[in-house]
Amino acid sequence: MFKKLNNIGDCGIICDFGDEVNRSVNTSVIKLFHHIKKEVSKGNLKGILNYTPSYNKLIINFDLEKINSSKIFNFLKSIDFSKLKLFQNSKNWTIPVCYDFEMDLTDISKTLKIDKDEIINIHLNTDFFVYMIGFIPGHPFMGDLDSKLFLNRLKTPRVKLPAGSVGIVEKFCNIYPYESPGGWNIIGRTPTKLFNKKDELKPCLLSPGDSVKFKSISKKEFEKLANE
Amino acid sequence: MSNYFFEVLRSGINTTFQDKGRFHMQHLGVAPGGCMDLESFSISNALVGNTSDEGVLEFAYQGPLLKLIKGRTKIAITGNVLFQIIKSNQETINGECNRTYALDEGDQIDILATKQSAYGYMALEGGFDIKPFCKSVSILSRAQIGPNEGQKIKINDKINIKISSKNKKDFLTEFPKKNKSTIRILKGPQFDYFSKDSQKEFFSKNYKITNLTDRMGMRLEGSIIKNIVNTNIRSEGITKGAIQVPADGQPIILLTDHPTIGGYPKIANVISADYDLLIQKIPGEKISFKCVELQEAEKIYKEYLINISKIIKNIKEIN
Repeated sequence: MFKKLNNIGDCGIICDFGDEVNRSVNTSVIKLFHHIKKEVSKGNLKGILNYTPSYNKLIINFDLEKINSSKIFNFLKSIDFSKLKLFQNSKNWTIPVCYDFEMDLTDISKTLKIDKDEIINIHLNTDFFVYMIGFIPGHPFMGDLDSKLFLNRLKTPRVKLPAGSVGIVEKFCNIYPYESPGGWNIIGRTPTKLFNKKDELKPCLLSPGDSVKFKSISKKEFEKLANE
Repeated sequence: MSNYFFEVLRSGINTTFQDKGRFHMQHLGVAPGGCMDLESFSISNALVGNTSDEGVLEFAYQGPLLKLIKGRTKIAITGNVLFQIIKSNQETINGECNRTYALDEGDQIDILATKQSAYGYMALEGGFDIKPFCKSVSILSRAQIGPNEGQKIKINDKINIKISSKNKKDFLTEFPKKNKSTIRILKGPQFDYFSKDSQKEFFSKNYKITNLTDRMGMRLEGSIIKNIVNTNIRSEGITKGAIQVPADGQPIILLTDHPTIGGYPKIANVISADYDLLIQKIPGEKISFKCVELQEAEKIYKEYLINISKIIKNIKEIN
């Protein structure tokens, strides 16, 4: 259940679930996100244009010509949170990763005083939860990593990272969907396309609320999958 | 696909196809995008008899030079735009905004500049023959999404048009441009993160629009806004027109192609009715902010929409 509702501008609403960031808070955010997405796809709530979950908030944007903030407030207040379900819309994914493409494992190993193989093992054994997708199309923020692997961002972000680079920062793991600059610690690369412009029905592989597990692959398998 | 097309002889600085935007995708990292100036966009389409869902060409500062290689069409340019039509017999017509012009095969349209404004629009009868991505033809060049491979229009590109026009009648409308420097805002979700003095200064001082301004955001320069709580917040969804203040205290207004999430505190949000006015301001111009309440903003937006329909209703045939 959200703790408070606020306006942002005249065509946005913030559902604020409190300051804490953990899986349980984010699960509530995602439940509400799924509910609104479902209502909109059923043709209800005409005028709602976007619903963007983040760690502890859901932002709803709407067309002020068709609906307004008080109508959406009333709708939100009428929701029975105990009846919202999460997993009917969530999917489990296995994403292949080739750790041979790491860029920072040696440094990470030194900083954390953990063996490279052990770092990879912890990463492989983590059941990741997609907290949110954003900043650029298809870019997932996933958690939670074991606290043993908590790291800061690189002091100097890299100017260019190859598409598919898998990075870690604090308790989060990300994947860069495009070649882009980035400050995360790179531990591998996936051949999986996270955002496919050719697939209009489902351009984005992951959705907030999905679960992800990584599977280790060799360079050879990487090349094969990348060319598919 | 039709055989009718323009060839791009000069691309202009930032020429893209735009419609009202691409929605229901922000949770996947796709910003809504769409036309910057909804009013000018809507009127350009209405002049040539299109619905307001049709895609148009949007240009900024210097527009494109287009040659109609095959077909006939009717165009309308809106905004505050300097342009010429060069007929195939070399006769040159100085263009007027907010009216239609018939173009014959071989004619060129030379969009020279936007005058004291940033964005202009060119709509054509029947629309451009372009492929939508997820129900929108808006080009989001930052993510390379939309028609033309999600890229800005380039020299030598071919721009296909849907129909060859038979209709020779021309139309015009009166479209008085507003020219206020006061932008109305609503207080932002982190308004209280900023010191009382800074809040006061934000509403009393002018802010200059800097060169670091594009479809994604507008960086301002002026009185430093002092954050007394935290210069970072947990990343959260972004709304168009949000005014965020990073650690350096200089506000950035997030515009149409904004990132989908962001982690800077937001002092305010521009009201929807003043958004067109804001984005037409050019670097060097000064703006100030005035605070309004939500109900007032909603009322002003209704008036804004009524005004657009009035301008559209006043479209008249030229005798």
